[in-house]
Amino acid sequence: MQEWANQLCENRQFGSKMTDSKYFTTTKKGEIFELKAELNSDKKEKKKEAVKKVIASMTVGKDVSALFPDVVNCMQTDNLELKKLVYLYLMNYAKSQPDMAIMAVNTFVKDCEDPNPLIRALAVRTMGCIRVDKITEYLCEPLRKCLKDEDPYVRKTAAVCVAKLHDINAQLVEDQGFLDTLKDLISDSNPMVVANAVAALSEIAESHPNSNLMDLNPQTMNKLLTALNECTEWGQIFILDCLANYTPRDDRESQSICERVTPRLSHANSAVVLSAVKVLMKFMEMLPKDLDYYGTLLKKLAPPLVTLLSAEPELQYVALRNINLIVQRRPEILKHEMKVFFVKYNDPIYVKLEKLDIMIRLASQANIAQVLAELKEYATEVDVDFVRKAVRAIGRCAIKVEQSAERCVSTLLDLIQTKVNYVVQEAIVVIKDIFRKYPNKYESVIATLCENLDSLDEPEARAAMIWIVGEYAERIDNADELLESFLEGFHDESTQVQLQLRTAIVKLFLKKPTETQELVQQVLSLATQDSDNPDLRDRGYIYWRLLSTDPVAAKEVVLAEKPLISEETDLIEPTLLEELICHIGTLASVYHKPPSAFVEGRGQHKRLPGSGGSSESPDAVSAGAANEVAAVIPSQGDLLGDLLNLDLTPPATTGPPPHSGGMQLGAMDLLGGGLDSLMGDESEPPPIPLRSDTPRSPPLPHQSSSSPENSLTELGGDLGGSPAMGAGFGAAPAAMPPAFSAPVSGGLEDLFDLGGGVGMPLGSFCPPKTVWLPAMKAKGLEISGTFVRRAGVIQMEMTITNKAMSVMTGFAIQFNRNSFGLAPAGPLQVLTPLSPNQNIEVSLPLNTVGPVMKMEPLNNLQVAIKNNIDVFYFSCQYPISVLFVEDGKMERQVFLATWKDIANENESQFQIKDCHLNSDTASNKLQTSNIFTIAKRTVDGQDMLYQSMKLTNGIWVLAELKIQAGNPNYTVSLKCRAPEVSQCVFQSYEAVLKN
Amino acid sequence: MIGGLFIYNHKGEVLISRVYRDDIGRNAVDAFRVNVIHARQQVRSPVTNIARTSFFHVKRSNIWLAAVTKQNVNAAMVFEFLYKMCDVMTAYFGKISEENIKNNFVLIYELLDEILDFGYPQNSETGALKTFITQQGIKGQLQTKEEQSQITSQVTGQIGWRREGIKYRRNELFLDVLESVNLLMSPQGQVLSAHVSGRVVMKSYLSGMPECKFGMNDKIVIDKQGKGGASDDAGKSDLGGGSGKQSIAIDDCTFHQCVRLSKFDSERSISFIPPDGEYELMRYRTTKDIILPFRVIPLVREVGRTKLEVKVVIKSNFKPSLLAQKIEVRIPTPLNTSGVQVICMKGKAKYKASENAIVWKIKRMAGMKESQISAEIELLPTNDKKKWARPPISMNFEVPFAPSGLKVRYLKVFESKLNYSDHDVIKWVRYIGRSGIYETRC
Repeated sequence: MQEWANQLCENRQFGSKMTDSKYFTTTKKGEIFELKAELNSDKKEKKKEAVKKVIASMTVGKDVSALFPDVVNCMQTDNLELKKLVYLYLMNYAKSQPDMAIMAVNTFVKDCEDPNPLIRALAVRTMGCIRVDKITEYLCEPLRKCLKDEDPYVRKTAAVCVAKLHDINAQLVEDQGFLDTLKDLISDSNPMVVANAVAALSEIAESHPNSNLMDLNPQTMNKLLTALNECTEWGQIFILDCLANYTPRDDRESQSICERVTPRLSHANSAVVLSAVKVLMKFMEMLPKDLDYYGTLLKKLAPPLVTLLSAEPELQYVALRNINLIVQRRPEILKHEMKVFFVKYNDPIYVKLEKLDIMIRLASQANIAQVLAELKEYATEVDVDFVRKAVRAIGRCAIKVEQSAERCVSTLLDLIQTKVNYVVQEAIVVIKDIFRKYPNKYESVIATLCENLDSLDEPEARAAMIWIVGEYAERIDNADELLESFLEGFHDESTQVQLQLRTAIVKLFLKKPTETQELVQQVLSLATQDSDNPDLRDRGYIYWRLLSTDPVAAKEVVLAEKPLISEETDLIEPTLLEELICHIGTLASVYHKPPSAFVEGRGQHKRLPGSGGSSESPDAVSAGAANEVAAVIPSQGDLLGDLLNLDLTPPATTGPPPHSGGMQLGAMDLLGGGLDSLMGDESEPPPIPLRSDTPRSPPLPHQSSSSPENSLTELGGDLGGSPAMGAGFGAAPAAMPPAFSAPVSGGLEDLFDLGGGVGMPLGSFCPPKTVWLPAMKAKGLEISGTFVRRAGVIQMEMTITNKAMSVMTGFAIQFNRNSFGLAPAGPLQVLTPLSPNQNIEVSLPLNTVGPVMKMEPLNNLQVAIKNNIDVFYFSCQYPISVLFVEDGKMERQVFLATWKDIANENESQFQIKDCHLNSDTASNKLQTSNIFTIAKRTVDGQDMLYQSMKLTNGIWVLAELKIQAGNPNYTVSLKCRAPEVSQCVFQSYEAVLKN
Repeated sequence: MIGGLFIYNHKGEVLISRVYRDDIGRNAVDAFRVNVIHARQQVRSPVTNIARTSFFHVKRSNIWLAAVTKQNVNAAMVFEFLYKMCDVMTAYFGKISEENIKNNFVLIYELLDEILDFGYPQNSETGALKTFITQQGIKGQLQTKEEQSQITSQVTGQIGWRREGIKYRRNELFLDVLESVNLLMSPQGQVLSAHVSGRVVMKSYLSGMPECKFGMNDKIVIDKQGKGGASDDAGKSDLGGGSGKQSIAIDDCTFHQCVRLSKFDSERSISFIPPDGEYELMRYRTTKDIILPFRVIPLVREVGRTKLEVKVVIKSNFKPSLLAQKIEVRIPTPLNTSGVQVICMKGKAKYKASENAIVWKIKRMAGMKESQISAEIELLPTNDKKKWARPPISMNFEVPFAPSGLKVRYLKVFESKLNYSDHDVIKWVRYIGRSGIYETRC
């Protein structure tokens, strides 16, 4: 990254004026040395220049901590600008050099006594940012003085400093009595001091939920409300956010606070408005609904909320997310304002989607015509997500407003006629819901729906269509044919579709038993015998038994009347909604999640003050929120969290890092270690269905060949035979009951004895060259290339073509940090100048000891190439197979153990289509790319190859490749502790096999 | 609170990085670059959560500004702060560009140190900041004790936006009523939505600490004053579009922080001590009785699969003595357009293939006139099943009146300590109505 900035700056150097930007430019090797000399120069100007250079380097992420003593020496100066720069440096590096930071203490203490209030404040402000214990000790005395300083500017800075100190050492703040001083500042004569004191106290109080720190009583409330009229816009926000935590004693007090807060609704700052809305929404709960003032307040809230929509788009987004909450809590406020939520053609997509959501919530009989007309317009827009949501919204309107259902259905039919694929699919999904809400009303449209059967390729739409056919089987003449057509590809369907299909055919059978017996047997045997999915299979058995023992009961069960679906969908659960209302304006209201879901540790749940019975049980609130917590934390985020917490700052040494294991290890940690800890965290493996219990079902009369017991023993056999099947059961093999795991490994051992021979290596795989950098983008320089692994070395093969009019020289290449630390092992060898229209083939050896950063996609590589003309940037993707090392063949025993050891969630399955190799050639081919076959097993004409490979950073990937004679589609199952690599590995598989 | 603030160029290289809180590491800089700036897809939200760290971003031309936090901050405040930050930077060094940021990085760090403390926004009024943060950086030494305390009391004081001791030989003020009128009309001419968002922008060059009072034809105020006030008002010149209405209903308004909000709430009077120089006094929104300066009547006919006939009539709807300017009508054309022939009665019309639109420009047009354009659009045959979305026809224009009907009734200036009175102040008032999103579906 730092080199990046340098190159960039070097290019800019030519034209740029002599201004601050020049500090971004110098970065020769002996730079630190030179800077040291300059910092120690006698000339003030030179010193200042040097410090500026240091700060510039710091900004681009370069480590300049070595200059610590020299920079600190510049601190004692009268020049305020220089002093500020030195302080900035100190804040960044003091922590890493605590012993030397102590050198600065004297100056700080002296500055805190300076006659200039700006300097006093600067010193106390900076001191609080230095998180070194020794400095903190010395901070206490000056801070105490500053809190009582005569100048308000110093006091307001000192107030914030107490919060800083509390963050470093909470005990110290309490022991020194700073909290009391801070409380006194709430009565300060200066409004800004009050505001900052409130901010500091609120923050400290949040980390001590039970302390009575923010002891809000009517007197302090009065002080705060007075300060509210006088302080800056930011101060108003701090105070309003603090007010929102107060619980008024009665409705009178509640009303008087509301009266004093409402003028804020006219503030130009949207954050002030939203915080005021929060206070009002909360205190309104206390007001009796028959009070005149209650109605007045409701009326006053609408206009400012509408005004928020004319703010900049980012703020509109925040406002809309909040309005979404407000509308759910108090729909009456905005019920007449539907029009302002109409989508504008050039709204950013995030604004459009939110507006649409609110439109649906506000839809009512009164405005439905307008809403529908709008939605129909939106359904013709370009953005797919938005169009889908609009179509879905039409369906939701139909369900919400009964009078409009008919118009909605006809609108949906119009949209289906457009034949735009995703519109049709979305429409079918919502029509299914409409059918459920209004049974036996709109069946006339089924014919139109059936016409579009073939174009449905999304599981949800297919499932919806199948449901419709099954539900109305008696009215669709060819229902059996339609369903049969789905049955052909049963195994390729997603679970959702399979489940739906099975149920639909059972329904069909119950309605037309005579013609469809064969069909139902077929689907049930598919579901019970050939499926790995416990849901599908178990319910299949249940249906089967039901049908065979008591068809009447079956009818009662399967064709039972369905419960009505609710009018409002996607409503936020009430306890969560109450909590979120207390967080209006904050991130929680943007995410629609309680703060505990995205903020570390502490914090209590806020509740609305009770007027009704809604918030009587605090336990329920916290329980609801706790559930939410468990659900909302994305695991992906956590992984990234681990990545973020790793310190990726490059080491202080310049030049390529030594090829020690250090970097390698770092890389492993990055992908493997982080993941391991992640997996360790997720302490809830899916429950294991106990297979020993389920097979006890009695034999069925209809069955011809295999009884369930038989099929299950077969299943058991399969389990022993194929490790990949374990995943299908949704159970972690490691957690299997011991009695079961023995035969499994036994089976596996047998299997390995069958292992086939390994063929001779062929030529190594090398993908064809592609154009990475077109000449148009690089002033005539064209680069095409590919990656290949030869004799254990990764080579970047490039054809460099000069399509410009002038000669090119001075080529150099650099990589940005990447997932596997790929870096050039030597300089780019383009010895002779490249004349116009000439090209040259270069082969650049690479190593994997460069700096590591996870890329998206994983195998992405960002490259900078330089010549005498300019620096150009491009990115390319390397086949991950170049990273497969030669000793990637795993021991069989180890393979077995590892396969079992890796959790099933880490397994991914892929299909390779149209591949016509037999298993031996495939195995040989793969071996040339260091994918080693460890064992082979043949079952029913299906070859299973068990393979392993190892990446340069030590990550192992285990694979099972299924090849069926005569079937050009192969299945690869990959298991790896770092499942992110699976996608890339699969791509390599495909590339190698099809090469 | 805000944990850190980063500024990136379009490539994702960091230009400014200031960390305020210990929970934000240097790697957050990279996380935002990788996940947002270098993301494959278009940005789907201005707030991104990466690994329990939230990133708020805004973009100004090529520059990304990102605020980072790990806490449940006030999201609206963070965005308001980022906008403010942009305003402050613009006030100091002009356009926000990579070059300007690099040229002023020391200044930016100094500003960031001042206006955000431990992630809490502090006084960020440029007027106040410029008294002690200067690009020369020498002011700190030359100040006397009085000057220093004046600075600090201004920065922390109740009137943080104005300093004491301002003197002008000529006391003068300029009031601009700037409105943007927004319309969405159905093809049949039914108004789907219309509103005016207006701003009162003031430039004041007044000595001392003047107390100002601003009055307009706000319906609530006029109704309160009763008939006496209304007749007083009728004598003044009518600048509006001739609807002749006396007062307007304002849906909502917001004010600059100098306006005493509690006074507005109780008496609905707008009183304030103005900042020096240019600033926005108020914003307002109206939705009732809007004068729509233009009406667009579209007619699109599909002739077979390869031809479209378009006819658009525009009618101006205001006093004949007034002139609208910079009129532009934008008629979208399908993506598979191969050729266009246009005939217009007035102005110039051109098909712009790169913008997929026919752009019709008229320099000036008086009120109560009409003009029309007709075009034949040839289409390439396609087998694309997706229908052309028919984006709405949009219009741009500028008119010399306020489409909301707002009128300034008075702006009184009182300065008791100095020897000038309201009559000595030279006042200028101007009304400009512009098109906001002015669209007619076709």
